Amino acid sequence: MSRRTVIPFGPQHPVFPEPIQLRLVLEDERVVEALPAIGYVHRGLEKLAEQRDFIQDVYLVERICGICSFMHAMNYCQGIETLMDITIPDRARFLRVIWAELHRMHSHLLFLGLLADSFGFENLFMQSMRCREDIIDVMEITAGNRILLTTCCIGGVRKDISAQMLTEVHKALDRVFKQLKDLRPAFADDYTVKHRLIGVGHLSTEKAIELGAVGPVAKASGVTMDLRQTGYAAYKDLGFSPITETAGDCYARMSIRLRELDQSMDLIHKAIKMLPEGPFNVPVKGQPTGEVAARIEQPRGELLFFIKGNGTKNLDRFRARTPTFANLPPLLNMLPGCQLADVPVIVISIDPCISCTER
Amino acid sequence: MSTLTATEVTLDNLMGQAAQLRQQGHRLVTLTCVHTGNGHDILYHFDKHYQMAHFRLHLAEGTTLPSICSLYPAAMIVENEIKDHFGIAVSGLSIDFQGRLVLTEDAPRAPMNKRCGMDIDARIPAAAPVTTPTAAPAVKGGAA
Repeated sequence: MSRRTVIPFGPQHPVFPEPIQLRLVLEDERVVEALPAIGYVHRGLEKLAEQRDFIQDVYLVERICGICSFMHAMNYCQGIETLMDITIPDRARFLRVIWAELHRMHSHLLFLGLLADSFGFENLFMQSMRCREDIIDVMEITAGNRILLTTCCIGGVRKDISAQMLTEVHKALDRVFKQLKDLRPAFADDYTVKHRLIGVGHLSTEKAIELGAVGPVAKASGVTMDLRQTGYAAYKDLGFSPITETAGDCYARMSIRLRELDQSMDLIHKAIKMLPEGPFNVPVKGQPTGEVAARIEQPRGELLFFIKGNGTKNLDRFRARTPTFANLPPLLNMLPGCQLADVPVIVISIDPCISCTER
Repeated sequence: MSTLTATEVTLDNLMGQAAQLRQQGHRLVTLTCVHTGNGHDILYHFDKHYQMAHFRLHLAEGTTLPSICSLYPAAMIVENEIKDHFGIAVSGLSIDFQGRLVLTEDAPRAPMNKRCGMDIDARIPAAAPVTTPTAAPAVKGGAA
């Protein structure tokens, strides 16, 4: 007869440094039910955004998350620009794409490292992090900051990227390309890696849609959904089609990110090639009025900001629905039936960001 | 991207309207709650092929919000969050965290509600107090 045990998985555990708890109900070593407990580091940023003015909120939303900080600022700025009917210069649209895709790359490389760490492949973790350093270095060269770039502003971008800096971006991407060429077989073909990832944490296409999965989690289950297809910023000029897999397991979720790294490199090269000359921001006058639901594709999936302006400098309401928050119900569906030892790998496979969830 | 236009729904037709969107293949993106001073606006955001559809439900103070978990299981987490943040009672949740999804026992109650007439929320007028019929004053002294 099997024995039922409840294990509090977290909030402090070895797979990642951010606090989240999963209450796992086990029958022997098999998970039969999982319940999340969040709120350990809830910051109430949505409330704070109502108390700062709409310009200061650019800095605030950038601090929702350290991994995709630029994306938060970009989505917020796009939302405010819609409310205030601002058209940003073409150069700013392309510069936003360059920084956004650099952020996607460093986020995916961090994911790959953490995934390797979760199944005990320490060396692969270090190699991924070393590769990520090249991206972070190039963000420092172009923006002056390594993570919180603070380059996005309402009306465009705060600073330009010079031709010399763009050459550095090309060089860094070439270095990353070479490193990825070496790393890819370890992730894609290694027997142990495959053994730990294939068939683990399965999410069907129907469940992915029903439970509201977004980003690589949805795409790995065969759902063709990537907001870059809507053509925001300069994506409509760059030509973009989403990458999908059909297996719906941890291996498919990793493969999506591996392939998206190549796609991001292509997009950056293309954006640099097509980068138009001209101004990179426009002056902003007035205060935002009305409501907007702004969306972009973050490294982890769809990000939605609801912004309500009331014609004053303070917003009436700011709400952020981050991708990890949307991916929690799918995660709860992936866990039942798996072995306890697979829980860390499955949790990491959705690339959880608790900073985003606990905004 | 364009500004938001929402279809007004009521408690009576919310489930019917949501079921209709589900049949048409819309997925639930999320819910947003806005404190208006005299109640809450609950906005439901749906998506189909990158086209969004929005519902707006005005919820008077003290009214219970029916969960749409039975139609959209993804709503469970966000409805629990609204319950925590705004102190709104939600009925029919598939998993009810009892107001403890993001808040602890000693956390302020409904922290996302505006403090009407105070600080930055001074622009939101406080709702008029509910008047209740006053009881007849007790007769002092009683029968002699």
